[in-house]
Amino acid sequence: MLTLAPVCDADAPIARVNPVAKLAAVAVVSTTALVAADWLTPLLLLAALAATVPFTGIRLRALGRRLAWLWVAAGTVVIVNALFAAEQTGRILLSLGPVEIGTGALLDGTAIGLRVCVAATAGVLGFATTDPTDLADALTQQLKTPARFTIGALAALRLLPLLGAEWRQITTARRARGLEGGWNPVRRARLFASTMFTLLVGAIRRAGRLAAAMDARGFDSETPRTHAREQRMAAGDWVLIAASAAVSAAAVAASVASGTFTAFA
Amino acid sequence: MIAVEFRGFAWRHAGRRARAVAGVDLRVEPGERVLLLGPSGSGKSTLLAALAGLLTGDSGEQDGEVLLDGKPAAEQRARVGVLFQDPETQLVMARSGDDVAFGLENQAAPPGEIHSRVLAALEAVGFPYGPDRPTHALSGGEQQRLALAGVLARRPDLILLDEPTANLDPEGAQEVREALRRSLADSRATMVVVEHRVADVLDLVDRVIALGPGGTLLADGPAAAVLAAHGDALAAQGVWVPGAPLPVRPAGPAGEVALRGEHLSLAHPGADRPALDDVSFALRRGELVAVTGPNGSGKSTLALLAGGLAKPTGGAAAVPGEARPLHRLPARRLAARVGSVFQDPEHQFVTATVRDELAFGPRQAGWPADRTAARVAELLERLRLAPLAEANPHTLSGGEARRLSVAGALAAAPEVLILDEPTFGQDRRTWGELVDLTADIRDEGTALLAVTHDRDFAAALAGRELVLRGGRLAEEEGR
Repeated sequence: MLTLAPVCDADAPIARVNPVAKLAAVAVVSTTALVAADWLTPLLLLAALAATVPFTGIRLRALGRRLAWLWVAAGTVVIVNALFAAEQTGRILLSLGPVEIGTGALLDGTAIGLRVCVAATAGVLGFATTDPTDLADALTQQLKTPARFTIGALAALRLLPLLGAEWRQITTARRARGLEGGWNPVRRARLFASTMFTLLVGAIRRAGRLAAAMDARGFDSETPRTHAREQRMAAGDWVLIAASAAVSAAAVAASVASGTFTAFA
Repeated sequence: MIAVEFRGFAWRHAGRRARAVAGVDLRVEPGERVLLLGPSGSGKSTLLAALAGLLTGDSGEQDGEVLLDGKPAAEQRARVGVLFQDPETQLVMARSGDDVAFGLENQAAPPGEIHSRVLAALEAVGFPYGPDRPTHALSGGEQQRLALAGVLARRPDLILLDEPTANLDPEGAQEVREALRRSLADSRATMVVVEHRVADVLDLVDRVIALGPGGTLLADGPAAAVLAAHGDALAAQGVWVPGAPLPVRPAGPAGEVALRGEHLSLAHPGADRPALDDVSFALRRGELVAVTGPNGSGKSTLALLAGGLAKPTGGAAAVPGEARPLHRLPARRLAARVGSVFQDPEHQFVTATVRDELAFGPRQAGWPADRTAARVAELLERLRLAPLAEANPHTLSGGEARRLSVAGALAAAPEVLILDEPTFGQDRRTWGELVDLTADIRDEGTALLAVTHDRDFAAALAGRELVLRGGRLAEEEGR
């Protein structure tokens, strides 16, 4: 299934934050983590993110499941960067024939892995707690994005889970016609391409029908739209943005004070 | 209420040589309720799209005028509401209430008013849930009623219905008809409906307009009078005229067993009950067995298991002469023994021309070239697809695509053919063709299993009926 289980209830504190405010906070924290090239700044940011989780109303188990792939990815980043660093600096920790890992390279690799962790964790906290409809509402109301694009994308998103079901139907129908990938990679690739073609033909037809139905309900008219549900920036939303900026600044300041800070060049 | 007028209206779709509609003159008075009839290709859908103001300059070429209260339809779009065929592609939002609100937001309705108008519209169509109900959790009939609420909430002066129940199962169609009946009785809007199942909408309309090919006017008047005078001609064109006789094609004696299902069960992990639970049956050559039952009773699951297309969690389906059960046969071998025809014909098309589509099965089965060519020529002739032999299957009309999908599955002459809702959404003419085609296949000695909601289809062809309820075989009826 393409739909993901929500990581929090609809009335949890974080779900009630304006989506655009969350978007801004995520952007501030992630950008800070990506600009700082040392290991201390992202580590402090990660600690700050972890400290906020208990106050958001997020279910920890669901969040853990959603983040599980991240630890694997971050670990891989650390190893690859430590192994393939341009030169192994510092004290050599490990030496296996041609493979050497020095403390300098390991520290650099860890820093990169931590930055990936911060950006991804902030993203999951921000987006997994946001209803797509609320996001579209806030984008059109606060950021004045064009309705044609934003609502169009929202409508397309609603049709996405259908594609999974249709893929299975087409594959079944192919078997009925005597087509099966089996172990032959060439045959598998050709079958994949032809299944994808059939899926796309159906998706394009469906998109055309959806567009006509939306136009028939006045979507393309010149009249400015009103909004059934107003999204507002409340005081708390501004506090969230300010807090994320303050925490980011504090992390950088602490890192500079301790002498470890380097900027990404 | 709004007056509708076509004045010498003609339309040619961009890229087509022939006109979809060639010169229509028509007037519908304010508040009238009109049924528009005609064979496929008579331009009914084009006329509806013109009324909805959905024909734009870049999609084709227009002559004449389409006027709503004397103004071009394209300028009056805010006063028109359309209910389309396909429920899935009419809903825009993830929550039911938001979806109804969508049309009101586009109309710039005052935000304070929207909520109450949404609730009133949901009430009017008998929507059984609250406004927060996710739209993906609705059945087809419920989705279609929600789409109707979206139309009504905008308080249109002209309501257009484009075969509103064609994509629904009988229960869903009944719900939507009820909702239409109730909400139209409360509305003073002018209405135009396109529908070939006349009996379904007869009590909603007071006038019938019948079109011929190209949109020529065949008949116009009160429903009873038009149907009495032109019933036969309309039936021949594909309209389901109430009371018109339907063919019956009884089978001869059945032959030996061609497929056997033994204790077939399929339980999806996490489901509270199996989709299919311990169903056994035998299918003989020269007979058609209908599989019937309400939604969710396991009919489609049975078709998949009988076709060797899903792995049962218990029991097995097998054909004589194969040591392995069907679901373990390699696809190529399976296709030569058991053919399956799905609801959506396009899912089955695997080549770029009608001719290759028919040759595909025999080639897979390793037939020599001359035998394949002879078989393809025979099928093209029999199914009246010869003029379309080089056409791309994806460009065929609904009826043609369905005939081709049946022909493709039986080209390599399997002894067994499994059909899933073969007559779903077809007009009377295509229906008749499918009944004849199916009867011929059966009488040549093929064993057929047909999952169907269509009582008439079962009555015309089936020797026996397997009735499923809640995944179990509730009864087996001989006819």
